[in-house]
Amino acid sequence: MSQRITIDPITRIEGHLRIDVEVDNGKVSKAWSSGQMWRGVELILLGRDPRDAWAITQRICGVCTTVHAITSVRAVENALNLEVPVNAQFIRNMIASAHALHDHIVHFYHLSALDWVDVVSALQADPAKTAQLAETLSDWGMNSKQVMAQTQEKLKAFVGTGQLGPFTNGYWGHPAMKLPPEVNLLAVAHYLQALEAQRHANKIVTILGSKSPHIQNLAVGGVANPIDTNSQSNLTIERLLAVKEHIDALSEFTRKVYLPDVCAVGAFYADWTKIGKGVTNYISTPDFPIDSKGTQFLVPGGHVPDGDLAQYKPFTQFGDKYLHDGVEESVKHAWYEYSKPGPLHPYEGETKPHYTDFQDEGKYSWLKAPTFYGKRAQVGPLANVLCGLAAGHQPTVTYATEALNRVSTLVGSKVGPEILHSTIGRHAARAVRACVMTEVLAQNWSMLIENIGKGDKATFNKPVFPKGEIRGFGMHEAPRGLLSHWTVIKDGKIANYQCVVPSTWNAGPRDETDVIGPYEASLMDNPIANPDQPLEVLRTVHSFDPCLACAVHVHDEEKGQVVQVKAV
Amino acid sequence: MRVVVLGVGNILMSDEGVGVHAVTALAERYAVPDEVEIIDGGTSGMDCLDRIAEADLLVIADCMRSKDKAPGTITRLADDEINAWFNTKISPHQVGLSDVLAACCFHGISPKRVVLLGVQPQSFETCMELTPPVAAVLPDLLERLVAEVAAMGVSLTKKAA
Repeated sequence: MSQRITIDPITRIEGHLRIDVEVDNGKVSKAWSSGQMWRGVELILLGRDPRDAWAITQRICGVCTTVHAITSVRAVENALNLEVPVNAQFIRNMIASAHALHDHIVHFYHLSALDWVDVVSALQADPAKTAQLAETLSDWGMNSKQVMAQTQEKLKAFVGTGQLGPFTNGYWGHPAMKLPPEVNLLAVAHYLQALEAQRHANKIVTILGSKSPHIQNLAVGGVANPIDTNSQSNLTIERLLAVKEHIDALSEFTRKVYLPDVCAVGAFYADWTKIGKGVTNYISTPDFPIDSKGTQFLVPGGHVPDGDLAQYKPFTQFGDKYLHDGVEESVKHAWYEYSKPGPLHPYEGETKPHYTDFQDEGKYSWLKAPTFYGKRAQVGPLANVLCGLAAGHQPTVTYATEALNRVSTLVGSKVGPEILHSTIGRHAARAVRACVMTEVLAQNWSMLIENIGKGDKATFNKPVFPKGEIRGFGMHEAPRGLLSHWTVIKDGKIANYQCVVPSTWNAGPRDETDVIGPYEASLMDNPIANPDQPLEVLRTVHSFDPCLACAVHVHDEEKGQVVQVKAV
Repeated sequence: MRVVVLGVGNILMSDEGVGVHAVTALAERYAVPDEVEIIDGGTSGMDCLDRIAEADLLVIADCMRSKDKAPGTITRLADDEINAWFNTKISPHQVGLSDVLAACCFHGISPKRVVLLGVQPQSFETCMELTPPVAAVLPDLLERLVAEVAAMGVSLTKKAA
């Protein structure tokens, strides 16, 4: 007899994601991923001034604020063929890479580490042994016995208050929890230190973006930061030096704590390198442009079919034709209807809701199902790291090699990039990308300083909207993967706007030919030890860094039951 | 003395954004002294940790759905009531405002006092306007936010129209 497990919501902050799985003989045999919230932000944008779109789109999601803002201005600039001063590119690149670091660190330590780390078990750890273990991983200065003992004291006091907060509802003592107490304590210590680390990322975004969480400094055509090395209200050398200190602190944490931690956790859960592969058709976008046109990038991106690096085909510029021509979205299994049959290109995209009940074989999600040349594609840091490896991108190769060497040492046998196509591999790739981001951040800082030194203080080219219709799309390698905004502008007003977000690629439902999406595919054959506590499902879904692009933030008095299990 | 007034919610979903509308109006209509910081938190979580940590008072304006209350009803929760409220087992790990407060607690940097003023919503339609019953209580909500701050001996005064 099989059992059906429904987890709803799987995460609250970015809108509701519901996951249904059928379990046969302790393994997932069928899966459905469903966006439970109607996202009609595209409709809000119709008829508006394209210069205002970024400020609205950054409200789509509470986690991905800046990425929607940046992608939106790029879409309008692409439609206008508008070049962006390099200073503005550098400033945007620093905001984007700092944001990515913030996201990756918070995701691992505050959102998904709890899938692997048994916090309560950390109370049993020996602080001295924990410190010894930590020393074997890196020379990070905050790994001492005293730090571990203090962490344990804090944890005891916190557990004693009965307000477990982020740790509530963790699956403590679950049979799938495998870390020794010392590793758990180390993870809790680094959880606390990660709170400090993410502040540095946030400070960078705040200084450069004028405000956070919603940046204020973007503009179609550049940024609104006047560069003036003397005036206090502008971007001064003093402020830029403060940014550099934050960059250095972030880099140290990422390389000495985050990457080693992910490798250690991964080595203890080596069986999870064989679980959660799913769709191995990968796409990611090149990003961090260093020229005004968007043709030279610090990090490559493109298409890796069938997980085969030899078949890598790069996307080479903003507005890339190979990317542009390949994207379609199907609503056969989504709660929308199109005015014509078949999937539609985003420029022709329609946003007309058509709600039915949750139909296993019919419509069951508010997400559309995107395809790339007719095939499902996985996006995210893993896709980006694979493109970097295929392209021989030096920072990616360096950190990926370091990660694989660390795991090889810990498990006592040589492992290669093939282990990345897995649940734990997505975490490893995210940590590798985070290390790459620290280099991108530092490089852009240096380039900005150097360019200002040459006397170039330009940050903005004024957009002029022609009569008639123009079209453009913006692309950005966001923390969760390839994000694109597509817009049609008529007589200076928005006539169509479609966001194809990373979670649409990954969490989308079955497509036009009933093929399952990346979340669904990655859940197939996942082991389930206890259907009442489907920790394994959370592990795989969280490895994608789930984010459904519509933030709901309601304090709800009516408590729903999170997990339902029924026999089918 | 450091007081933080934090508005949270999504302004693209009608009444869901009432907290953000409230703090935006507050910043526009009132003179804000140095010891008070007004934050449009949107739907973010951890981004706000830095600024709410160790505040003497944190006042949160938000949308709050409860049973059997008319749209526009303002509910006040304070301190322990909020902890209990946030302890709901809605999702295994969510990094929302509740977790930011819990993280502050774990770190020993909690705001000394926390007050939540929540408005009962009528609609979460996709639009940028509040519904009439919620828009109607916005002035009342502003006055109550000002009163919470005043209770700490800090006054926000209305700017001349």
